[in-house]
Amino acid sequence: MTVASALALVLALLVLAVAAWTIVARRPFAAVVGFVAYGLLLSIAWVALSAIDVALTEAAIGSGLTGVLLIGAATRLRATEAAVSAERPGASLRWLAALTSATVAGAIAVAVLSLPDPAPTLAPAVAEHLAATGVGNAVTAVLLAYRALDTLLESIVVVFALIGVWSLAPDRVWGGHPGPLHHAAPSGILAYLARVLPPIGIIVGLYIFWVGADLPGGKFQGATILAAMWLLVMMAGLTDAPPISRTWLRILLVAGPLLFIAIGFAGVLTAGAVLAYPDGYAKLLIKVIEAALLPTLTLTLALLVAGAPERRLRR
Amino acid sequence: MNVPTLFGLCAAALVGLGLYGVITNPQPLRKILAFNLIGNGVFLLFGAIARRGAGAGFGGDPVPQALLITGIVVAFSATALAVALLLRLFQATGSATLVGEQPAKPEVDDPKPYQVEKFGVLRRVQDKRSQQLKSNSNPPLSPFFKGGVSPWDSNPSLEKRGRGDF
Repeated sequence: MTVASALALVLALLVLAVAAWTIVARRPFAAVVGFVAYGLLLSIAWVALSAIDVALTEAAIGSGLTGVLLIGAATRLRATEAAVSAERPGASLRWLAALTSATVAGAIAVAVLSLPDPAPTLAPAVAEHLAATGVGNAVTAVLLAYRALDTLLESIVVVFALIGVWSLAPDRVWGGHPGPLHHAAPSGILAYLARVLPPIGIIVGLYIFWVGADLPGGKFQGATILAAMWLLVMMAGLTDAPPISRTWLRILLVAGPLLFIAIGFAGVLTAGAVLAYPDGYAKLLIKVIEAALLPTLTLTLALLVAGAPERRLRR
Repeated sequence: MNVPTLFGLCAAALVGLGLYGVITNPQPLRKILAFNLIGNGVFLLFGAIARRGAGAGFGGDPVPQALLITGIVVAFSATALAVALLLRLFQATGSATLVGEQPAKPEVDDPKPYQVEKFGVLRRVQDKRSQQLKSNSNPPLSPFFKGGVSPWDSNPSLEKRGRGDF
């Protein structure tokens, strides 16, 4: 066994151990903190699988934003913990569940061990046409050229999810501010970090967005970092989430997908197919779409964490 | 055993762990968390398959890797929607239980003293709601909002708990 595979084995065991902790931990808060640690370990696993772009996404969204969301929810639901814990199913049901889960896991493991060799791959096809897109990062090329339809639908799905979250608002606060109002000690560490970190975070976020064309990175990872900076300032009570009835907010939320659709259909006239780019303009159009999606994704991701409107519009 | 197979098996175990958590854990938040474990297991399996497809100078097949990024973002959106639904359930009923069809539960019929104190306003509303639900009618508008009362309005300590505890 080489050093690399020994390290991978240790990493896989660590991931499983922390994942098991998130299931068996007594307090939801402890489980959620375990989930954040698990997400970070998982991003190292992505690096071990040579998927740097996925590792960045996992660390930023899968661990970071999901962690903030779940920690916030666990804190607010603390009062209900004791009553709901009493509904724990009996031992027989738990044994049955364990048996079912072990069977499912075993079936997947058998499938993993009997995967075809050599593995089917689209990597040569991607490499063959990479030059035509003008983009150096193959993952970005797949996201915005070869499989642009997936990315288009995804950018619409996140906006739909936000509409779903907003629609949970009671009538009396419709159009108001999302989530609870946050307070933090004005001279505390949170308020301090919320003043010091954002300038650095904004530059890092924009950099990750910009290098995404040629190196690991891109709009999702960049937008998540920008959203995290905004959330940090909100949580320190230095600013409030904008009321959801603001026109500028709604325009920005749909601007990215709308421009993506417009460029996609313009492809019918200029390149003969929906979401096709004319020769020589591929990289420019990809960057324009990414730049348009960046503010949309930043706002959507941050407001998904902020939650449904809970406070009336202040006049 | 090579690295992709190792993480493929790790993915299978993650799906099993998550499935167990979804079935056995009564708390909705923990169910959401366990569901994320299942999702991560599926993603990791897909990533292991991408790694096996390495070639043409790439460390892994870029097509599944790009789809994974899409998947992670969509999984986050779904998690956010699930958490919002859960918080709304808590706001509307003062509890986070998924066992809603059993009004005969001891906590409902015989609330402990601190529950009366905390959710005194809510308790009546909840009873009314459950009666409506029992008669199988769909309440057109929750009676809960006519008076403009919410757990956050009626209970300052709840409000405080929700604020800035990050």
